[in-house]
Amino acid sequence: MRSAYWLAGAAMLALAQPAAAGDTIKIGFVSTFSGPTAVIGNDMRNSFELALDHMGRKMAGKPVEVIYEDDTFKPDVGKQKTQKLIESDHVDFIAGYIWSNVLLASLKPIVDSKTMLVIANAGPSQVAGELCSPYVFSTSWQNDQTPAAVGEYMNQKNVKSAFLIGPNYAAGKDMLAGVKSTFKGEIKGEEYTVWPSQLDFSAELSKARASGAESIFVFYPGAAGVQFLNQYTQAGLKGKMPLYTAFTIDETTLPLQKDNAIGVPGAQQWVNDLPNDANKKFVSDFRAKYKHGPSFYGAQSYDAAQLINSAVVAVKGDTSKKEEMRKAMEKADFKSVRGSFKFGNNHFPIQNFYLQDVVKGADGQLGLKTVATIVKDSQDRFHDKCPMK
Amino acid sequence: MLLLVEQLLNGLQFGLLLFLLAAGLTLVFGIMDFVNLAHGSLYMMGAYFASTFAAWTGSFIIGVALALGATLLLGIVLEFVALRHLYGRDHLDHVLATFGLILFFNDAVRLIWGPAGLALPLPTWLTVPVQIVPGLFYPSYRLAIIVVSLFVAAMLYLVVMRTRIGMLIRAGASNREMIGALGINIKLLFTLVFGLGAALAGLAGLMQAPILTVQIGMGENILILAFVIIVIGGIGSIRGAFLAAIFVGMIDTLGRAYAPDLLRHILSPAAASTAAPALSSMLIYLLMAIVLVVRPEGLFPASKR
Repeated sequence: MRSAYWLAGAAMLALAQPAAAGDTIKIGFVSTFSGPTAVIGNDMRNSFELALDHMGRKMAGKPVEVIYEDDTFKPDVGKQKTQKLIESDHVDFIAGYIWSNVLLASLKPIVDSKTMLVIANAGPSQVAGELCSPYVFSTSWQNDQTPAAVGEYMNQKNVKSAFLIGPNYAAGKDMLAGVKSTFKGEIKGEEYTVWPSQLDFSAELSKARASGAESIFVFYPGAAGVQFLNQYTQAGLKGKMPLYTAFTIDETTLPLQKDNAIGVPGAQQWVNDLPNDANKKFVSDFRAKYKHGPSFYGAQSYDAAQLINSAVVAVKGDTSKKEEMRKAMEKADFKSVRGSFKFGNNHFPIQNFYLQDVVKGADGQLGLKTVATIVKDSQDRFHDKCPMK
Repeated sequence: MLLLVEQLLNGLQFGLLLFLLAAGLTLVFGIMDFVNLAHGSLYMMGAYFASTFAAWTGSFIIGVALALGATLLLGIVLEFVALRHLYGRDHLDHVLATFGLILFFNDAVRLIWGPAGLALPLPTWLTVPVQIVPGLFYPSYRLAIIVVSLFVAAMLYLVVMRTRIGMLIRAGASNREMIGALGINIKLLFTLVFGLGAALAGLAGLMQAPILTVQIGMGENILILAFVIIVIGGIGSIRGAFLAAIFVGMIDTLGRAYAPDLLRHILSPAAASTAAPALSSMLIYLLMAIVLVVRPEGLFPASKR
């Protein structure tokens, strides 16, 4: 019995250790590391690790400890893991988040505890607008920005009408709203599918064909993008109803999409061939270390590590100075692999979007290539709703 | 009108695919009184085998044939090594053991094939749509699924209704102890039935593979539908599984196709587009609940005394 008291006492002491007194920079990284979408999570982790390698695994002279947590693709699990990182690991920063619905579920504990958050993918409109926070930054985009760029491109191509298909969750709604915000042609119909369980899109493709629309726009990230392209091709729509995409074709899905992806354009703020030095180093070192190319998920994670580093360096490793870290991060003072960009008042990037296409490389492998710049210095539509100035 | 025909074909195709999965499940559940949650894993293994063999041999057809044999074999080995020791036990033990098998198969696949998933590319003659009636183009591969599934369903019907093995299977579904008492080698029959169920699940998985992707856990969502089907159709009844599967496939597809348009008449467009996917995925479970209230035995229960 006595030993039980001793143990309890020791445990209390261990818990009572203040986090700031640690000599390491602790970062929690939440992403999906199991199931089919683990491909994305692994790409993010690999890129984050590569960024740490490039920094000598130290920030402002202090060693960095990263705790990776698997959200298993579920909002409730993501929230639990986030709470665990804040309450029991006392991390200085949280980064990651692929899925908008997982991020929205996890946001409150982060903001309430004033933990610094660097979002490396998800960009729900709420977080850019009314839910914006001084402690939340994004190294990716707001969901609407990329499809809005696709809509611009469709205007350039003089597309007269389109049928929109996307998954029924936070990001899917943002994406379709995004393309509608810029596309000037007629919307012949829009369909939302059950996410993530619906994988057969036959009913939606039949409706798209019957609608008489000139083209189709879709948003299907991860494995769903492979399935959509399979079924789109099998339905014989390729060549008849051109497909425009956001976040549907990338380096994690191309090995499975293969030739189905050829000739299907998309928009992105980062493509592997962007000609800046930071990007060349990132892509070639990534290839050397992991034997395949990084995706945009990885590029955003690499930038997330750099943004965190810029904050830690600015306060010389004293992560209790949150106001100073925030001010340092607002400057976006690091060599981003997408080229230089600025943060808006809501801490989302103001950045260029490029048209990307699938091409067969010299080695016969499919890869992505920048074709043109669609929009310059795009800022999301929700920054006005954010009370921060 | 053409759109309706096309959507009906979509529903039929999905229903038939579900039937292949549900047929094995209902046989194993009805005849062996064994709850097999790992049925979805066999579906997944069928897809992984087909994808691997097709890549090795370079031929879709040979890959599919080899995969069918491999899943049949896997089913028999699984029954022989693990499941046979569980027959006398409680249903809860079955659920626990086969849930363990799901985890085992998922991690085995992750070890062997990696987490990224595989593709099963179709030969070119299956990727072009065919014109069924003027103006109605339908993917030839989905049409092939319909033809193959109908053929398998017909064969299954002939085997179960017209052969001696089929007679034993039906007898087993009605009264397990009695056919054992009559001197039938029930162990062998069980192994055979389980192997057959596995092959059917594998067939469903490998046929679905070119439409979807081959990935870990692909059988888990669809298995829920298969359970719904055998509950609606009546446990142990192939005929019930067939009709219920078509019914569920139609409801699912037509619900997705028409619920948003119908809802737009009563709700605002924004609310309708949010509510429709949720509603159409609920329809099937509503149907199951109604069947359970009105006919708890299912619509076509295997005859019991």
